Amino acid sequence: MPTFVYMTRCDGCGHCVDICPSDIMHIDKTYRRAYNIEPNMCWECYSCVKACPQNAIDVRGYADFAPLGHSVRVLREEAKATISWRLKFRDGREKNFVSPIRTTPWGSIKGPAEYDAPRPEDFAKQELAHEPEALKIKGGLPALRPDQLKRGGV
Amino acid sequence: MMFTSNPFAGLSASLPTAVMQTYVVIMIILVAAGTLFDIVHKGSAKYFFDNWRKSKGKVAKQIDGGEWVSLAVKTGLVDVLSSGEFCNARRRVAHLLTMYGFLTYFITTAVMVFGYSTPATPAPAILPLLWWIGGLMICLGGYWFWFFIRVDVAAEGGSPFRIMRADLFILSLLGSATLGLIWAYLQTRGSSGANVFFGLYLIATTVLFGSVPWSKFAHMFFKPAAAFEKRVSYANGTRSNLPAPVDKPELFGSAREQPRHY
Repeated sequence: MPTFVYMTRCDGCGHCVDICPSDIMHIDKTYRRAYNIEPNMCWECYSCVKACPQNAIDVRGYADFAPLGHSVRVLREEAKATISWRLKFRDGREKNFVSPIRTTPWGSIKGPAEYDAPRPEDFAKQELAHEPEALKIKGGLPALRPDQLKRGGV
Repeated sequence: MMFTSNPFAGLSASLPTAVMQTYVVIMIILVAAGTLFDIVHKGSAKYFFDNWRKSKGKVAKQIDGGEWVSLAVKTGLVDVLSSGEFCNARRRVAHLLTMYGFLTYFITTAVMVFGYSTPATPAPAILPLLWWIGGLMICLGGYWFWFFIRVDVAAEGGSPFRIMRADLFILSLLGSATLGLIWAYLQTRGSSGANVFFGLYLIATTVLFGSVPWSKFAHMFFKPAAAFEKRVSYANGTRSNLPAPVDKPELFGSAREQPRHY
């Protein structure tokens, strides 16, 4: 179900342009509002739907799921860590769904720029950036001591 | 003093007052006609009222007289006067600067052209000063938007000098304000280049007010209507078909386990 933008709701802030992993959310050249330039290439990840602060992006349901005349509207609530879906079918039926979308509070995860820059000697280590702290393993990263390694015949 | 001298009184020596006044009237007519053409051509008013009528039958809660007034006041104070619909603080500040700059610049121009257009009728010093402040506010907000905030530049990394049709409004507005200020400055100094910049100022201003059907100039009329409709839809429960806010407490990390990779 690819996404589309209500041009009257969009204020052209560019959040969807930033977040789209397929880079298909662009700014319209006439009205400076966002639009999905190629729905066929949409991954249907709904990142743009969730990111839009104006709730201006909606989902166009497939014909077998929701024939023409339907509405699929999405509301993201950051503080409650939920995303709600409201489906209205053209025969009047309505379905509402709520899902959790986070395991940590909004804004609690540090961005890459908020960490200290790695020192030159860190590049020679086996660990990746911010390891072992980032792995969140009590007692640090488990590793075999040299005497535990099986010695070869040579 | 440059900031307190009326640039239109200085112009009256070479341009009759009646011509200046006729030009301002033509510009106002162009905006009104352009906006009406835009509404009819795009069918925006028809869509707006059809949508309004359709949602009427689905209201969960009737709005009474007092609430209508409260919604209208909130729309006026929050959405119109303080650009409350912007989610990005920088965009909001830039918009406020440009909006109030344009209003100040346009109103003081009209007052000076119609009330104090010759040296015989000197304008109070506050009018030219406000005209300058308005023009500078447009430049500050407009160039900030153009070079740093515009999504094509900020989000897509495009060049600030790549021009498209959506730029017609902001560019003609910036052109009008910038060229107008340069013209006023050169005229105060008695420079011969003032006439050239006055010509360019007229071209930019005519494009600004004459291009309403092709630019986003008309947003200052339809945006408040859309903001009011949005507030009404939240108050009457239709919420533009959006789901209702969730009444569940937040729940974090319920399915999270300690990693056991080793």
